[in-house]
Amino acid sequence: MSDSTLSSVKATEDQLLEGGWELIVGLEVHVELATRTKLFSGSPNRFGDEPNTNIDPVTLALPGALPVLNKHAVELAMRIGLALNCRIQPCIFHRKNYFYPDMPKAYQISQYDIPINADGHLDLPSGVRIGVERAHLEEDTGKSTHVGGATGRIHGSDYSLIDFNRAGVPLVEIVSRPDIRTSEQAKEYAAELRAIVAAIGASDAKMEEGSMRVDANVSVHKPGTPFGTRCEIKNVNSIRALGRAIDYEARRQIDVIESGGTIRQETRHWDDAEGRTHTLRAKEDADDYRYFPEPDLVPLDPGQEWIDRVRAELPPLPAERRAMLQALTGYDPQSEAVIVAVERGQHDYVKAIADAGGDPVRALIYVTQAFAEAGESPSVPPADIAALTVLERDGKLSATQAKTVLAEIVANGGGDAAAIAAAKGFEAMDNSAVEAMVDEAIAADPDAWAKYCAGEEKAAGAIVGRVMKASKGKADGKVVSAIMQSRRG
Amino acid sequence: MAAVPSTAAGIADAVASKQVTAREVLEHFLAAIDARESEINAFNLVTADAARAQADAIDADIAAGRPVGPLAGVPIALKDNMCTHGVETTCSSRILQGWKPPYDATVVTRLRAAGAVVVGKTNLDEFAMGSSTENSAFGPTRNPLDTSRVPGGSSGGSAAAVAAGFSPVSLGSDTGGSIRQPAALCGIVGVKPTYGTVSRFGLVAYASSLDQIGPFATNVDDAALITEVISGHDSNDSTSIPNPPLQLRGAAREGVKGMRIGRVTDLPGGAEPEVEKALNDAFDALRAAGAEIVDVTLPSLSYALTAYYLIAPAEASSNLARFDGVRYGLRVGAADTNAMYGATRAAGFGDEVQRRIMLGTYALSAGYYDAYYGKALKVRRVIADDFAKAYEKVDAILTPTSPVVAFKFGDKVDDPMSMYLCDIYTIPTNLAGHPAMSVPFGNGAHGMPIGIQVLAPALGEQAMFRVGGALESARAGK
Amino acid sequence: MANADTPITEADVAKVARLARLDIDESHVHHFTEQLVKVLAHFKDIDALDLSAVAPMTQPYPLVNVMREDVELPTLDTDEVLAAAPAAEERRFRVPPIIGLDG
Repeated sequence: MSDSTLSSVKATEDQLLEGGWELIVGLEVHVELATRTKLFSGSPNRFGDEPNTNIDPVTLALPGALPVLNKHAVELAMRIGLALNCRIQPCIFHRKNYFYPDMPKAYQISQYDIPINADGHLDLPSGVRIGVERAHLEEDTGKSTHVGGATGRIHGSDYSLIDFNRAGVPLVEIVSRPDIRTSEQAKEYAAELRAIVAAIGASDAKMEEGSMRVDANVSVHKPGTPFGTRCEIKNVNSIRALGRAIDYEARRQIDVIESGGTIRQETRHWDDAEGRTHTLRAKEDADDYRYFPEPDLVPLDPGQEWIDRVRAELPPLPAERRAMLQALTGYDPQSEAVIVAVERGQHDYVKAIADAGGDPVRALIYVTQAFAEAGESPSVPPADIAALTVLERDGKLSATQAKTVLAEIVANGGGDAAAIAAAKGFEAMDNSAVEAMVDEAIAADPDAWAKYCAGEEKAAGAIVGRVMKASKGKADGKVVSAIMQSRRG
Repeated sequence: MAAVPSTAAGIADAVASKQVTAREVLEHFLAAIDARESEINAFNLVTADAARAQADAIDADIAAGRPVGPLAGVPIALKDNMCTHGVETTCSSRILQGWKPPYDATVVTRLRAAGAVVVGKTNLDEFAMGSSTENSAFGPTRNPLDTSRVPGGSSGGSAAAVAAGFSPVSLGSDTGGSIRQPAALCGIVGVKPTYGTVSRFGLVAYASSLDQIGPFATNVDDAALITEVISGHDSNDSTSIPNPPLQLRGAAREGVKGMRIGRVTDLPGGAEPEVEKALNDAFDALRAAGAEIVDVTLPSLSYALTAYYLIAPAEASSNLARFDGVRYGLRVGAADTNAMYGATRAAGFGDEVQRRIMLGTYALSAGYYDAYYGKALKVRRVIADDFAKAYEKVDAILTPTSPVVAFKFGDKVDDPMSMYLCDIYTIPTNLAGHPAMSVPFGNGAHGMPIGIQVLAPALGEQAMFRVGGALESARAGK
Repeated sequence: MANADTPITEADVAKVARLARLDIDESHVHHFTEQLVKVLAHFKDIDALDLSAVAPMTQPYPLVNVMREDVELPTLDTDEVLAAAPAAEERRFRVPPIIGLDG
């Protein structure tokens, strides 16, 4: 396959790495689907249960066991496919044969040349389009813990223990085209993919918990030359680690090539503590997976009716949600507050506050600051927060005061903003009183005022400080600044 | 006590009408087992105590007037590749010696619900791979009609159990002829239903797209009865056809008047002369019974053997990979897991199983898939198409079941290809997924029985049983 | 590289035995190779067929879209299952160190 069929995306000048190298990255992301039961059997799909309790003949690959496909897993896979602009097509399952203790059948039921979703794309918030080659269904493995070695890793362990609770959990593997050209893009892709998958309810996609796993295929080359040999990086457990790992690996490969060496195609393990990748134990024989169509399962053809229904019921995607907040607040969809609110699923809550009469901008700021944990429905009634935003907007409370009141409302799960403010003795000063204090402060520090009028913004601090002191913090800093600017002319 | 009927249907009637108790029936067959089992070795395990408890429970139900199923009190033996909860299931392999499944196969659940009494697990060629039961890790089963000869395979134990009178009926599994061929060699009836009509859940898989479970019986009506009970859709098996259980007993009595029955003019040769004669006699009998005999051709039939011996080992190589010493069965200790796999599987699998695993792995491996497995899948379609064309002209087809009568122990073990050729007439129906049954029809060399095979299109069991029943009637001189 | 036109060799058999995790010694490799050569020679008969226009047939009965609802079904008893395990510890299956394998 020629490189241009792999990817036609070219890095811009400023994206090239030092030395003129172009970075080529493709990401393979596995997400665990949010079904109640496993992909091919009725055992619970649940994290954290006692080991080897969510088991059945299929999960343990007992002799005589047979797989039966979970309809909801198919539906969630279709949602992912539609959200990534894929073609949903009639498909079959294949067996991928290899031996590993956490792989009970010694084959994984997956999809090979005819996956359910193909040929899609993901548009990064920054605007770049990354191709999605496929997003297919496959089953997860069990989990091994390694006992006796120093680090709990395989190397040097005395033995291992296997828990099959996770074996058979449904996964969708999303394979991007190698269109990614910077580690920033890679992080953006992973973050946006996570947001998409969570937004459509397909997976909670938490990298730290393992319900979303990202492997990076990394290579480097000089533009105009063939793509370089790629290495697969595994064990990346956060978005931040993804960026660090790609940066490290790119630099490692460049160093090897520039010093006359060649890159060996291999899988490498990212060590976040040490900040480097290293080779996993080399294998004797390249594994031959001997893919063949799974004879125990029949073909899957979702059909236009089902596809249309899934499309119609698809929740708004993050891009749509960001656009909604943009329309609501005027904020740029790339601004941190908007991105954070959508990532955490707080966008509807912000809108609810606005719908309850609240000031949209303040609603967005309050929510993203006060509710740091993800959670679509903070338990505070939107109307309570709406009232607070109005008080601040109308100048009845300063920003600092509003923040304090908000903290109390959040801690108590609700509250009457005006009453809390009154109880604390908060009241914003009305503007004429502030004006008077500003004029007094100007009179008291003519030097600072002269500098400020001459354009030295820093000199404002002295004036503002006097007003705040005189008002015992009750003056709203924004109001003070506005008055000073209008005095300055 | 009234005499215990020899047929399953007779037993069911007698028990239901209280002419005889389930326990009396069971003791009759247990005594038969006691008398000859050490000579025949049909069983890996006789579950006498559990069977007595089952029989007693049925007798209690009947005495109390509670409803019982259509097979209440009927003893049945199960090939030891069907999972029986808490009862050792070995597939006649060292790698599963001592293993007790924590669940029942669907057919077992259905038989129990019908009131059948499981008398034991029968011997087989290891993992159902073979045509003589000589590949069992626990010693061969002997043909009850001549103990110097094989009973056939792979379901040799289940066939011998019925032929020896140890049980009126038994279950086997058929992937390339493993019910029909032993039925022929032991002189009894054996049925392989349409692929997908009997659940494979709980049947230890050999070749997933070819395996089917079916009954052995001394007569066609019993075979119909058992097939009715075990067939029908199962949600635990994705390849299970969404139909209700088959209705067959009427068909077995219906006769063949007006049916068109095919004679395959390009059938691969090599059958013993007595077998050829028996086939001709069978056609004569059916003609006399009112059927029309029509010539058909199956031009690609001779390629079926190759297609089978590429597809089945390929699927088997994957199905048997789970026997790795991790979760159940034999484990040979080693310094690391990889070494454990190699040592365990080499120690646990016999030669024929290892041979087929390697053949199958080879046929699937990179660089060979298209030439072997890929091609075999295409040959499969060609054979299915041949059958489809033939069935435009006929309702059923007749061939010999086995080209030879029961051979002596040791005759074919050293030459795998000669053993594989035993299945030349039975394999095509597995590839096509069609039903077929073997009905005893005369004797051949050394006085050993000959089986005639009745083939029908997918879900053509009614036609198949009509012909099988007619052959049986003709044989009995009715 | 050997292809389907050249007979299977002992090296092929040894490689396939490794893929299938079967520890077989040299004499067995030799013995199996002899047998497989014969068997595969017989299988060359299908080369006589023109299969260019034929679609592969993986399953004999054409079913499609067989699925189950996403509802919990009874699980197995952990004690019963672990009792059948060759080695178990802390409610898990115990295996020797996992090296020499692809994760």
